[in-house]
Amino acid sequence: MLALDGVSLTLEAGEVLAVVGENGAGKSTLMKVLAGVYRADSGEVRLDGRAVRFPGPAEATAAGVVLIHQELNLAENLSVLDNLFLGREVTGGGPLRVLCRREMKARAAGLLARVGLPTDRLPARVESLPPGEKQLVEIARALGTAVRVLIMDEPTSSLTSQETERLYEVIASLKASGVSVLYISHRLAEVKRCADRVVVLRDGKNAGELSKAEITHDNMVRLMVGRDLKTFYPRRHRSGTGGSAVLTLRGVCYSGGPSWPVSLEVRAGEVLGMAGLVGAGRTELSEAVFGIRPVVAGEVLLHGEPLRVRSPADAIAAGVVLVPEDRRLHGLVLPEGVGFNLSLPNLDRLGTLLAIDRRREAELHRTWIERLRVRTPSAAQPVALLSGGNQQKVVYGKWLARGPRLLILDEPTRGVDVGAKAEIYSLIDELAGQGVAVWMITSDMEELLGMSDRVVVMHEGKVAGELARDRLTEEAVMRLATGGRAT
Amino acid sequence: MIRIVGVLGLLVGLYAALLASNPAAGDTDNLMGVANLQGRFGIITLGAALVIIVGGIDLSVGSVVGCGAVLFGVLVTDGVHPFAAVPLVVLFGMLVGLGNGLLVTRLKLQPFLVTLCGMFVYRGVARLVGEALLGTVSRAAALEKNPDFRAPLDTLRRFLIGKDSTGELLFPAQFVLLLLLAAVVGFFLHRTAFGRYWYAIGHNELAARYAGVNVNRNRLVVYVVCSTLAAFTGVLLFLDTSTVQSNGAGETWELYAILGAVLGGCSLRGGEGTAVGMVLGAMVLPVLENLVRFRGLKNDVIPAVIGLTLLFGTIVDELIRRRSRLSR
Repeated sequence: MLALDGVSLTLEAGEVLAVVGENGAGKSTLMKVLAGVYRADSGEVRLDGRAVRFPGPAEATAAGVVLIHQELNLAENLSVLDNLFLGREVTGGGPLRVLCRREMKARAAGLLARVGLPTDRLPARVESLPPGEKQLVEIARALGTAVRVLIMDEPTSSLTSQETERLYEVIASLKASGVSVLYISHRLAEVKRCADRVVVLRDGKNAGELSKAEITHDNMVRLMVGRDLKTFYPRRHRSGTGGSAVLTLRGVCYSGGPSWPVSLEVRAGEVLGMAGLVGAGRTELSEAVFGIRPVVAGEVLLHGEPLRVRSPADAIAAGVVLVPEDRRLHGLVLPEGVGFNLSLPNLDRLGTLLAIDRRREAELHRTWIERLRVRTPSAAQPVALLSGGNQQKVVYGKWLARGPRLLILDEPTRGVDVGAKAEIYSLIDELAGQGVAVWMITSDMEELLGMSDRVVVMHEGKVAGELARDRLTEEAVMRLATGGRAT
Repeated sequence: MIRIVGVLGLLVGLYAALLASNPAAGDTDNLMGVANLQGRFGIITLGAALVIIVGGIDLSVGSVVGCGAVLFGVLVTDGVHPFAAVPLVVLFGMLVGLGNGLLVTRLKLQPFLVTLCGMFVYRGVARLVGEALLGTVSRAAALEKNPDFRAPLDTLRRFLIGKDSTGELLFPAQFVLLLLLAAVVGFFLHRTAFGRYWYAIGHNELAARYAGVNVNRNRLVVYVVCSTLAAFTGVLLFLDTSTVQSNGAGETWELYAILGAVLGGCSLRGGEGTAVGMVLGAMVLPVLENLVRFRGLKNDVIPAVIGLTLLFGTIVDELIRRRSRLSR
């Protein structure tokens, strides 16, 4: 499969063009091609009508095309000043390359002023800055070159709402000075606010384009998923009302978490969506329930019985399983085969620890590879060689083979293509229909709105509020997630 | 699979070179002697390789071998019956492994540092116990004090080393021991859930933990196995040699064990390795030494030859791996 398959787009001078699409639609790849990080197999890039070819990011930067990465690309251990001029230091000439600090300082002050940062930040080490300011330092660094096209990949993913506002102001002033901005995001509310035009990608292809007047939430989502939303987020099997409580948290505090307690309930047969910004403590809370972080106060009840969990093994034995946020780090043993991974948490059920029943094991592999339609040549295929969607299915398979009572999903479809996403959503629907309690942590707004029967929003480790399905809107979720009040 | 074929090819080449170097090299006696050494190194290689598979390293193996040999000598000289001394030494090895393992798993110290310290500590213990208490550690000294231990020591020698009372080598018993132990290790590694857990831990400790594997307990077990095998090898060393030098016995053997494991297909990054590979990998070194001797070279060149062989093996391995990745 190609990451990008014949994508075209144009960008006017002084325009903010948003590129949106699902995870894995090819947004980031496209931007990296433009900025010379990856080489395109075919097609061309024209700058001012002239075909250009960037062998690497340095050449792209020299031509005025600058990419600001999703993961910030600053040297954390150096000062802001050093970062602004990293790789293009002003020197006194000669082989010694002695730095002209005064000259750099003077120029740096001007750059920081353009992004609205005070000059007293210059000597600060970058690691001491909040994420929003780091982002601004990156932009200031780009401004230090003769930037014509600024590419921002998910610039707000780690920003607070105030920092985001500040970023919009900077984008507006860049626009006014004739810089073109390519803005990649999956937060549609933001795109609506700042984009002049939207290009939608799906599975590495152009899925459509929206002019300023056409930019609405529904239009964007329809193009992104490429099908009717009702069938994409199915609720065929579950009623959604929820049965008795499967997991109950009463005043739970966990080690390394905030000092205020969390109370929560996940019911049988429902999908409980959990929203919140990065750092709101959602993953940490789920890890506490799964036995990775010790619970220090409060009660955890499973089906009304106290649940004592000291390790993931205890949680799994009680029927609580976790599909982790980072499957490559926590979910899978990548160099090992599909079968190895499917078996790993189920070895206690495949004969005894001293003798694995090979026949039963092969049957388990066959069952789950078929049921989840994992596309793999064999059970021996190393998972590292599968696509993101198939890797994620293996993670689901290893848990579903146990028949869990509570399924904790942390970013259930991150880095998964649209086709596999649809399959995972109908699987979740089916499981909830069978009475499994599903606790779904997600940062994907469409997924949250589409799949949840009920939503709990976290803010700085606290439950900021709960939204029933009929009161579920993107605005309501974002308000709670950024510390606002429910209306 | 490719790794096993590779080390097998290396072994065949070395044996061919050995046989070609001197007619005397093909004598059964010589080959059995080599096999006995292979067995001795192989047993510590098994332990070291298991530790490497779970993503750790054990640098204390050599010192534990020395300590085990000295301890066995001291016990027997002190009047402990040899049949009782063997399990005591094995127990000592288990305790050492327990210490290493607990420091690594509970205090989260780096295995390299823990076992590096162990290497010095147990060498020191060997010297203290050996020299301060006894002077020389040897079978002769032990028999002088306890003449009635001659029969049990002879029995142990016959079954563990393969030598009769005159010192003649009847069969390479240490190699047979290696094969037995390798079969046990192979069974655990390739047929049981424990082996699966060890590979999973070596490749991705976090994923193993999130899958409900008790990572700490499994790693602890592996360290215990490694040190136990090392201490037991100390017993073999005492039985096989006339005198045990407490400052030199088993010195740098931890590196021989690691070398055997790596030649046999263990990756120092963890998660790779097979029991067959471990045996084959451990067989390389003694052949190499024997070859050097028969070529009439000085013993001094042995370290250089060993280093070059490993380097050569590593390069070939890397090239094969790149080739197979390209063809995929």
